[in-house]
Amino acid sequence: MTAATMQRNRPSGFRISKRVLPYVLSLPALLVCIGILIPFFTSVVYSFQRYRLSQPWARQFNWGDNYISFFTDPRFWNTLEISLLYAGITVLLELLLGLGIAMLLQKRSTLNNFISIMLLMPLMTAPALAALMWKLMTNPGFGVLSYLASLIGLQDFRWASSPSTALFTVVLVDIWVYTPFIMILLLAGLRSLPTQPFEAAALDGVPRSFVFFRITLPMLTPYILTATLFRLLDSIQQFDIIYAMTQGGPGDTLTVFQVEAYLNFFQSTNVGRSAALMIILWAITYFLSNIFIKNWLRLRERARGQA
Amino acid sequence: MEHTSPLERILRGTALTLVVIFFMFPIVWILMMSFQTNETILRIPPQLVFKPTLANYTALITGKLTTAAGTLDIAFMRNLWNSVFLSVTSVAVALLLGVPAAYAFARHKFRGSEDIAFTLLSFRFAPALLVLLPLTLYFQKLGLANTYIGLIWVYQLICLPLILWIVRGYFEDIPADIEYAYRIAGHSWFATFRKIALPLAGPGIAAAGLLAFIFAWNNFVFALVLASADKQPVTVGALAFITSSGIQYGQISAAIVLSITPTLALALYAQRYLVEGLSLGAVKG
Repeated sequence: MTAATMQRNRPSGFRISKRVLPYVLSLPALLVCIGILIPFFTSVVYSFQRYRLSQPWARQFNWGDNYISFFTDPRFWNTLEISLLYAGITVLLELLLGLGIAMLLQKRSTLNNFISIMLLMPLMTAPALAALMWKLMTNPGFGVLSYLASLIGLQDFRWASSPSTALFTVVLVDIWVYTPFIMILLLAGLRSLPTQPFEAAALDGVPRSFVFFRITLPMLTPYILTATLFRLLDSIQQFDIIYAMTQGGPGDTLTVFQVEAYLNFFQSTNVGRSAALMIILWAITYFLSNIFIKNWLRLRERARGQA
Repeated sequence: MEHTSPLERILRGTALTLVVIFFMFPIVWILMMSFQTNETILRIPPQLVFKPTLANYTALITGKLTTAAGTLDIAFMRNLWNSVFLSVTSVAVALLLGVPAAYAFARHKFRGSEDIAFTLLSFRFAPALLVLLPLTLYFQKLGLANTYIGLIWVYQLICLPLILWIVRGYFEDIPADIEYAYRIAGHSWFATFRKIALPLAGPGIAAAGLLAFIFAWNNFVFALVLASADKQPVTVGALAFITSSGIQYGQISAAIVLSITPTLALALYAQRYLVEGLSLGAVKG
């Protein structure tokens, strides 16, 4: 091929496709998702309506009534409180545990790598199935954990079926499933840190606690932030574990946002209230995800730079 | 770091042992339960030594459970098949739609490309029921309620963002110059995509596909809301199984073991890519 034909070949076809091609390529993916955007707007409309599946004839706009009634609705405040509590406790404990385990496994060795791979297994278990596993283990009749609890003097410890310990039980399952997530993210973060500051600190005989709080922690902060926000976004929306374990019970002890919306929709068929609940949850997650995406992008740029 | 005292080594060892016990115990215990008869399961204190039986697994696989009260039909194999079918097709569709889109986002900064990419990503973080509850009403009108097609479509909510963002990162890592060189040699755009870009991003595409499979398999809420018994995957099926069969704890354990084995096996196989995939490329493993 001569230089002249190359000159001719390159612009033709290249420039036209360059303008249209990306749209053609991404259009199918977009179309699939647009179908899913429509229900989102429907939810917004429903949330401003008095709409019960059991009384379709009484369906009408009541504008903000669903939202206004929340202010005086103790069930709503319970939902908000238990959702925030659940998210706060799980993420805090998982962060502390995950950081601790990551630091235990930081040094690359066959044993440490093997353990970190083993710890992936809870994370890869479907949360709903994990809840069932724990349900079997905490069965009052034959559950091994009930038996162990009775050994340390907790006779008749009722795990998820008692209002006072239900939250503890689902938090435990959440910790079992998701701590490995924070652990592997922080482990990758720890192992990617430059070694020089640590070598210098070791040479100078700087105390360990100083190294941890003044070197490790600040350098790890972007990873900690990403992992925390990621988990917070998921945890405030937790449904699988709580629904599979207790269906929101006993009573309304564990009616977090998504569980409450599900029960409102399918049990009391109150579509309007259910939609309003979901819009509030969406507002919370939208706020969180904006912070998260900014932070995540920064970290992603850095990770790409290392590649 | 090298001068660790014996006390510290003991403490570290104990801590690690406790960690391993806490995270491994439930899996080991359920695995053990799945090889026990109901009589051994119900014995107090729990037995560590027992005569293993395959009866639970044969009952699940044949779909017939013979008890003193008569035979009971178990539809669990149907759930397992649904899980396989739904996950595999969802990932295949997501790859077909997502890989070209990821390539477009990586190679061409076109008008609104970042906005579109972020809109797609935001699906990952929106509450599922926000979309699912109105969707049940629409699906009933459209005749998509309780169909595989409807489910596979909704599964794109999990699979597409994952594939799009991970694969996009892999395409961005390929120097564009290689593709330009191939184009200048007179090859079409499609040939370049197929012969150069796809093979180079191959490992990333495979990893994203495996992860999407795991997420689709583990999903619970989509099928809980949109599918009835004959289309339900294992996650929903196992819950229904517990409610319906009541006390068949051996079979339930065996069902759980069969349900979690595929994802655990895949995860061990693809663990190298897990860190990157789980953080959508924000952290390199």
